[in-house]
Amino acid sequence: MRRGVRLWGRLGGAALSLVMVAVLGFFLFRVVPGDPVVSMTRGRPTTAAMQAELRAQFGLDRPLHEQFFSYFTSLLRGDLGTSFTFRRPVADVILERLGPTLLLVGTSTVIAVGLGLWLGVRAAWRRDSAFDKATTGVSLTLWAVPTFWLGMLLMMATGELFPSRGMRDTDTAPDFVSQALDVGHHLVLPSLTLVAVVCAEYMLVMRSSLLEEMHAPYLTTARAKGLRDDLVRRRHAVPNAVLPAITLVFLRFGLVVAGAITTETVFSWPGLGLLFYDALTGPDYFLLQGLLVVTAGAVVVMNLLAELLYGVLDPRVKVV
Amino acid sequence: MRVKLCALLAVATTLGLATPPAAAEGRVILKVAIVQQIDSMNPFLAVFQSSTEVGRLMYDYLTAYAADDQRVTEGIANRWEPSADKLTWTFTVPEGKKWSDGQPITAQDVAFTYNLMLTNEVARTANGSFVTNFSSVTAPDDRTVVIRTKAPQVTMLALDVPIVPKHVWEKVTNIKDYANDQMPVVGSGPFVLTEHVAGQFIKLKANKSYWRGAPKYDELHFVYFQNSDAAVQALAKGEVDLVNRMAPAQFDSLKDKPGVTRNKAQGRRFVELLINPGAQTRAGEPIGDGNPALKDVRVRRAIAQAIDLDALVQRVSLGYAEKGAGLVPPVFGKWHWQPGESELRKFDPAAANAALDAAGYPRKADGTRFSLRLTGRAGRAYDEQASEYLKRQLGDVGIALDVRLVSDNQLNEATTVATYDLAFSGWATNVDPDFILGLHTCAQRPGADGKGGTTDAYFCDQTYDELYARQLSEFDEGKRVELVKQMQARFYDQVPAVVLAYENALEAYRSDHFARFTTQPAQGGVIMAQNGMWGYYGAEPAARAATSGSTWVGFAVVAAAVSSLLLAIVVYTRRRKATAGERE
Repeated sequence: MRRGVRLWGRLGGAALSLVMVAVLGFFLFRVVPGDPVVSMTRGRPTTAAMQAELRAQFGLDRPLHEQFFSYFTSLLRGDLGTSFTFRRPVADVILERLGPTLLLVGTSTVIAVGLGLWLGVRAAWRRDSAFDKATTGVSLTLWAVPTFWLGMLLMMATGELFPSRGMRDTDTAPDFVSQALDVGHHLVLPSLTLVAVVCAEYMLVMRSSLLEEMHAPYLTTARAKGLRDDLVRRRHAVPNAVLPAITLVFLRFGLVVAGAITTETVFSWPGLGLLFYDALTGPDYFLLQGLLVVTAGAVVVMNLLAELLYGVLDPRVKVV
Repeated sequence: MRVKLCALLAVATTLGLATPPAAAEGRVILKVAIVQQIDSMNPFLAVFQSSTEVGRLMYDYLTAYAADDQRVTEGIANRWEPSADKLTWTFTVPEGKKWSDGQPITAQDVAFTYNLMLTNEVARTANGSFVTNFSSVTAPDDRTVVIRTKAPQVTMLALDVPIVPKHVWEKVTNIKDYANDQMPVVGSGPFVLTEHVAGQFIKLKANKSYWRGAPKYDELHFVYFQNSDAAVQALAKGEVDLVNRMAPAQFDSLKDKPGVTRNKAQGRRFVELLINPGAQTRAGEPIGDGNPALKDVRVRRAIAQAIDLDALVQRVSLGYAEKGAGLVPPVFGKWHWQPGESELRKFDPAAANAALDAAGYPRKADGTRFSLRLTGRAGRAYDEQASEYLKRQLGDVGIALDVRLVSDNQLNEATTVATYDLAFSGWATNVDPDFILGLHTCAQRPGADGKGGTTDAYFCDQTYDELYARQLSEFDEGKRVELVKQMQARFYDQVPAVVLAYENALEAYRSDHFARFTTQPAQGGVIMAQNGMWGYYGAEPAARAATSGSTWVGFAVVAAAVSSLLLAIVVYTRRRKATAGERE
């Protein structure tokens, strides 16, 4: 019974956060300087009457509370509105960019998590060894490097090995295998950049939380039982140390949807990060609101999942 | 076992990625880098420069501008005749021109397009200003279009409106939601749109039945870049064939690159420094918070005189610009105005100092007279560098500058509601000067809420407005040119803005793939961003377009090396692990 109440409490909290995000999004982006109609018509022959027509078309001439009401009621119906810039439903615009973003950020997050946790465990287990010093040093350096710069550097250093932009070439054969290979080829540099930059985070968290467990008595017991060092680490130390890393991983997975603005910009990857950037220059209110709802929604959902998962991973944590 | 599986997977992936994609055999493709998003492919909605540029390839206009000298030439119509009272224009659409689906192009298509814009406000979104003066458009037969205007309009041969096929668009019920993505898109231009993936690329195919003759190659691809550095690199690597909008440093970096030819062209753009002349709304109410000292034309002239335009051209534009003067850039030679000896304001700090003293702004104890805000756009190299020069130059005449570099939106907002003293701005001009001149009439100022205006510099001058009205109904071109020059002289004399420089358009192309491009105008003209489609249409492939397979070989070698290294590491750690028990 109490478990059920707690679960509903969690779900309600998540739903409330989403509503707050939707409300915040509306007012937040209205504060962004700039007039969408002026940006839309800038540099073109325009008359005041045409500007007024555009304002009416997008409902920008109505009082703010009316605009908010119609935005919020359509949001409840699942309608995110129409983008000023692309003249298409926001949901469509976001959906077509979601795939590339999930591919790039998802792939590199999985690699970075795997590599980072693995390196973190190794580094902590052999603290102050050459391996520890080298991995910590290298990953910290890469973390400190500006993403933009690293991306450009990789692009230059690899010369003509990898394409410098986008997700696909325009003259690749249309069959699935060629297209998939082409996407893979384009994916190498941007995901390498992302992995290099974020890997350190997982590595350091894993390393420090494992270090805290290193001198725990239960490890001595495990060793005394005659377990091999490898098994002591894998079966006893790591499961106890992995919780903080799990939190981080889920937070990150939530942010996958938000894309990676700088990496996407350097490699002209057609993802959500780029879309966010473009939407801000309008400002394209409906697109910005839609993006905020989608990205914040992903974070909220992932956080919820992480909380639920704690209970499974560690029976001591009674979340649900 | 797991080790072997990993190894196998690594090798397979490497080989897979290293297999060259089945490249398009036998087709000649021109790949162009674009750095601006495409907003819409619907010609009634598309407002971005990149979109209208692609639109020009898909749809002809009623008339066109010749490649060599930009004079008005045949478009959809080949003859035109105004009535004696200049209120009725008759255009003739010749027989023989066809839409890309084989249907004939007729006067009905033209009338349909304009009438759609006259009756549907959404259809006026992009090009509505061209039809505001129309009272009716009819097509008495398939060859004749008759346009009646409310008042005589001199720009009737500069109607930059894509003409769409009636048989396709009459079935469109809702222009607002129509993305125009029924591929291939039926059009009348030299290319046919076949694919558009948002944020990635646009593919067009040569229209073999184009009435001027088919283009000399098969496909035209626009690939999207988010940053111009990557576009320049892609050109250097041969991934794209044509790049424009380069910064001077990027242009210089391609100087000795084999296989690359650079094109330094006279551009349509100019950069200017707005000087808030005491901004007022359309009703004459003050708006914004400009420094009152700038209401005095003597102060504005002194500021203009204190700016060393030559230094800006040499040091900020690295020589890739021409010194500014009138509002129309020299690429439109007929309309361009240069001050005569008596009108010219030479760079002269001493005279500027004297003028400011005389205007009643003596230097204070700290050596300054007053201070001004200079608003520019953060991240735009020109603003960042030029503001440093301006700070020094105006400092020499006792004007302290408070430089504020802000986001694009903030800059637009400041100039729209006149919360600036000095601000950077810039415009791209058209073949007909009406648009750029019209920005400075009193009527373009906004309403009380700062909205509904399109003024550039909050200029409002009776002499200028009278000249503007006269040129708009002056059908004798010689006389109109004279009026247009007088307007520019008046603007220069009243200085609501200083035209700092006419920027060169910096472009480069792979001359090992494409031997030549048609520039507009023929001498010193641009390939991209023309008032037409000649650059893409006239491109001629090099005798043997080189194909490169080397990138894949190199990639395969490196990938193989990396995966063997990974394999070695895995094997090593596994072996260490196997013996871990013993070692402890």
